[in-house]
Amino acid sequence: MSAAAVNGGPLLEVEDLVVRYRVPRGLSGAILRRPERFVHAVSAVSLAVRRGEMVALVGESGCGKTTTAQAILRLVQADSGSVRFDDTEVTTLPSDELRRLRRRMQIIYQDPYESLDPRFRVSETVSEPLVIHGVGSRAERRHAVAHALERVGLAPAELFVDRFPHELSGGQRQRVAIAASLVLEPDLLVADEPVSMLDVSVRAGILAILDGLRDRGLAVLMITHDLSTAARFADRICVMYLGRIVEEGPAREVIESPRHPYTQALLSVVPRRDPRRRVEPQILRGETPNPIDVPSGCRFHPRCPLFASGEAARLGIEERCRSDDLALHDVAPEHRAACHAL
Amino acid sequence: MTQPLLEVEDLNVWFDLPNGGQLHAVQGVSFAVPTGARLGMVGESGCGKTTTILALMGLLPPTASVSGRVLFDGVDVLEGGEETVAPYRWKDISMIFQGAMNAFDPVKRIGEQIVEPMELHGSASGREAAARVRELLETVGIPPERAKSYPHELSGGMRQRAAIAMALACSPRVLLADEPTTALDVMVQAQILELLMYLSNELGLALVFVTHDLPIVAQTCTHAAVMYAGKIVEQGPIDDLYHGARHPYTRLLWAATPDLESRDDVVSIPGVPPRLDVELRGCPFAARCDMTAERCTVERPELQVVGDGHVSACHFATTLEVVA
Repeated sequence: MSAAAVNGGPLLEVEDLVVRYRVPRGLSGAILRRPERFVHAVSAVSLAVRRGEMVALVGESGCGKTTTAQAILRLVQADSGSVRFDDTEVTTLPSDELRRLRRRMQIIYQDPYESLDPRFRVSETVSEPLVIHGVGSRAERRHAVAHALERVGLAPAELFVDRFPHELSGGQRQRVAIAASLVLEPDLLVADEPVSMLDVSVRAGILAILDGLRDRGLAVLMITHDLSTAARFADRICVMYLGRIVEEGPAREVIESPRHPYTQALLSVVPRRDPRRRVEPQILRGETPNPIDVPSGCRFHPRCPLFASGEAARLGIEERCRSDDLALHDVAPEHRAACHAL
Repeated sequence: MTQPLLEVEDLNVWFDLPNGGQLHAVQGVSFAVPTGARLGMVGESGCGKTTTILALMGLLPPTASVSGRVLFDGVDVLEGGEETVAPYRWKDISMIFQGAMNAFDPVKRIGEQIVEPMELHGSASGREAAARVRELLETVGIPPERAKSYPHELSGGMRQRAAIAMALACSPRVLLADEPTTALDVMVQAQILELLMYLSNELGLALVFVTHDLPIVAQTCTHAAVMYAGKIVEQGPIDDLYHGARHPYTRLLWAATPDLESRDDVVSIPGVPPRLDVELRGCPFAARCDMTAERCTVERPELQVVGDGHVSACHFATTLEVVA
């Protein structure tokens, strides 16, 4: 048994993860020796996912949630920080060991129309990971493919194995993509917007599959911009803004008593299903700043309602908001936020 | 209820298929939108929502044939085909296309593109048109000097605002919006919805929203029409459609939609919508319905009145147990 399973620690532990991309200076920039500039995609992100847990990473586009996931799987290289998967440091792992570890961490993407090879039959798509990793005999692979398809509700498997992607509906394609990610029996599944391209009628089916996998001990990191989905399916929610996690806690608690002003604003603008339920929207003006020129101090302060309303001044924290960057701190058990007002 | 500004009566659209067959995409759709009302059209992809509003604008491709009446202020605009609809298009009835923010010509300045519908209708030109562009940009919340910007210099939210400005160029009274916030983040979506609500309330625009996102309709529309397999299967005031839905499909759509504050199970709707290139027998939803009876598979249900301005096309519409 692995160390993490024995001591009950998280399966995945990310600490102070930093990912930056260099902005090309161009020829003139290089000749004139202009200073190098960076896109600060992920800035000191820490999070943990336990076995049997679904953690949702939520935020607007460009907040760094997909880059965080890519760095966890080492699809992009972290600049600093650590990613520990079952007590193995992923960021510095030699490539042959990384390859072995990758069997245990899989990803599914947003668009099942793009993520499946149109020339591959379902059986080829689902068995490909087994072939790449040299797992099993031909007969064993066939059995594993059938088992994976049935786990995602494509049963009986014989009905689906010989089909091509164009013969499947969107929901069925996403099921095939999930089956291909499950065939290696991974411990961690990263789901990047798994239902946002699908019709509402089939979304619940896909989410129910992910939900069921968690019950069997799989750790799921779901990346989504849809707070209602995160609220309903995740155990914990991490809210990202401009490369940082600004609030993190049990899903229900983050939704019902959000502490960070950004989370509060975000939740206030999510349309509710019941026409009689009205929530006063706190609409933030303008747009998220560019991650090349990250604001000083709290990166949310230029758009923060507390700052704009004078509440920050009244609390005497205005100067700190402007100049002191801050980390997450406890606001309740298991619930952390990064705001000077808390 | 005031005289409807836009009235659609028994609209049908058929597409010719390469194999010689026909696909009956819109099947006898009727609805009315009064001044200042906001109608949300919802349903799964392929149910005919977009085809319906493209038909209202006379913008369907030549492979489509259309029947029915589209009355703007009492006048049938589709009667004489392109000839009768062209004077109304953009001028009285305007539209924001799905993905409009990505449809600007990348090598022309935003201001020049917003002027186009005005020039088409000869409603303004030269200095007058330039002044109108500045006014429109201000209305939609873009600093007027951005008229000189190229599309790539604006963010997605700004480009969507510019698309709305363009749709408003000739001061229309009906605005059709096809998935106006689909590719946008939730905060930018809130900004765009706030703008559309403002236009409806302040300018008295009649809005038709096509979307697959039910909570948006719940929070912004006065009425909703649920489409399924080319037909409206339920229509009425939004509150009645949520709290007193009279069609099983409407109920399942709500149940399939997660809500931020609800712990209800989220359901999926089994099966897929029927093909529209073959004649259907019985209720088009029967195969996926959770309460099918013998009658549903043989007899096609017609819309029946179930409340004030509320209709449903289910054989059991009046006997369905009222939930919520």
